[in-house]
Amino acid sequence: MPNDAYSPWQSDTSAGIPRLETGVPGVDDLTGGGIPLGRPTLVCGTSASGKTVFTVQFLAAGIEKCDSPGVFVAFEETPDDVRENMAGFGWDIPAWEARGRWRFVSAGLMPDEEEQLVNGNFNLEGLRVRIRYAVEKAGAKRVALDSLAALFTRFPDPGTVRRELFRMTSMLKEMNVTSLLTTELLQAHGDVTRFEVEEYVADAVIMLRNHPSVVRRRRTIEVLKLRGGAHSTGEHAFSISSGGIHVTPIGSMTLDQPSTNRRVSSGSKELDDMCSGGFFQDSVTIVSGATGAGKTLTAMQFLKGAAEAGDKALFLGFEESRPQLVRNAASWGIDLEAMEQNDRLRIYCQLPESVSLEQHLVSIQRAIDQFQPQRIVVDSITAMKRVAAIDRYRDFVLGLTSLIKTRQIAGLYTSTTDDLYGVTTVTEQNISTLTDAIILLRYVELDSGVARGLTVLKMRGSAHDKSIRRFEITGEGMKIGEPFNTPSGILGARVTDE
Amino acid sequence: MPDDRYMLKLYVTDITPAIQRAIETLRNLCDDEMSGCYDFEVIDIRERPQLAEDERILAVPTLVKELPPPIRRLIGDLSDREKVLLGLDLLPSKQLG
Repeated sequence: MPNDAYSPWQSDTSAGIPRLETGVPGVDDLTGGGIPLGRPTLVCGTSASGKTVFTVQFLAAGIEKCDSPGVFVAFEETPDDVRENMAGFGWDIPAWEARGRWRFVSAGLMPDEEEQLVNGNFNLEGLRVRIRYAVEKAGAKRVALDSLAALFTRFPDPGTVRRELFRMTSMLKEMNVTSLLTTELLQAHGDVTRFEVEEYVADAVIMLRNHPSVVRRRRTIEVLKLRGGAHSTGEHAFSISSGGIHVTPIGSMTLDQPSTNRRVSSGSKELDDMCSGGFFQDSVTIVSGATGAGKTLTAMQFLKGAAEAGDKALFLGFEESRPQLVRNAASWGIDLEAMEQNDRLRIYCQLPESVSLEQHLVSIQRAIDQFQPQRIVVDSITAMKRVAAIDRYRDFVLGLTSLIKTRQIAGLYTSTTDDLYGVTTVTEQNISTLTDAIILLRYVELDSGVARGLTVLKMRGSAHDKSIRRFEITGEGMKIGEPFNTPSGILGARVTDE
Repeated sequence: MPDDRYMLKLYVTDITPAIQRAIETLRNLCDDEMSGCYDFEVIDIRERPQLAEDERILAVPTLVKELPPPIRRLIGDLSDREKVLLGLDLLPSKQLG
């Protein structure tokens, strides 16, 4: 197979084995176009890692998106269990069965069946005959087998079972169906499956893991092997919600984001001037400051700028309640409710703790898809740090930033710092490299007292005003004044007011 | 008497020499132990896949004793006569009798 002529950053579906899109959100990005067409893929996971959901979703996507029938071989659960358990995801299996789009092969024990007695040689041709029969009856192109582990516990002599599995995957290939076979991992971080079956279905291996975490369980997916194709490496977070599995591939989106030169107004003429004409359309700006430094006001000003430009904006509030926001905005002369009535603004206020970070990301994506905003405000991004370990928080920010940029949305995150005067915090070290512009709001200590200061610390791809400006909060919003006299100090926190 | 009647079904895919031997073993055994009072059917599941579906056959050969209850299933080519008797609940009664 010629595979010397592709960049590892591109999907090389042309150079390798043709792919079939799974239809599971995010998985086709991770795999660079889907799983090998007409071949078996192994899905390994610890118990309760989402293997069954993944396989059912694969068949469901085939039926819903391409009217492509599927066969589900149920080893562990009964078809009734599967029908019932999957109804909660919106998958109406009985309706598909009635339309001839879904067939079960029930491969568990009979209800009245005891342990089977084995006497002499046997093979699993019975299972193969039944799968072939179901595939032909349904005209299926997608097949799921969940889970192979059951075969090893039911039949003696793992060597015989492996040989029979090898025959089965050969048959699946020969029938030209794309199949998912699940099996069990012993532990989340040994990459050893319980029954060592990888070599029989070696075209592709996907790992699902369920890590224990302090606050919430964290689910990840990893493409371990994909013959004849580049794929995204490493573990990627996913969530399981009402629509099934949703993967947020990190990194697969960030490299090829389009970039525009279109500027959007921050809502403040002075701030626009400081940034040489406003923020970039497909950029993310961080507004960093201590409590009360004016972050939410800057965010509101940005919303006002959106409304004035006729842009639609999405506000995601993780700190204040909706009435608080509306009241505060009104005190700065910004009428959020009017913006909402004109369908220029949507406000979602949520406690960070309400769901997992992965789930937040899925919900945000859904909100973006529904409303199609040109701008997004997250107030504050640092509130999310409360609910997850730092690496998961970073994944969340990275995922959200990628999402915002690929949709060419102008994003603004507020970031709460713990210290009133200093410049760097752990938080910003974690996320500042991901963003395009940083605006610092800091208290500046003067000989005569304390004043608010604002400076544009970074502005990727553009010149910007590097001075530290006096900044006031008024009934007409933010007012940015003249630079402080001594041009150093906000970073070191002290300005001599002369 | 209908209660004593055995009903045995052997699910196969190919009549290999081993299967042929298994069938002979079974017939002999039935004649010896069941006084000829039995029905014995060999089912090729390639020809009748729906029967394999109904009975949830995975392994072949599988011998199913449908009557008298309880239902018993034996997997394999029945190379051990004693184990077949045991599997069909025949050995204990023989020993007692």
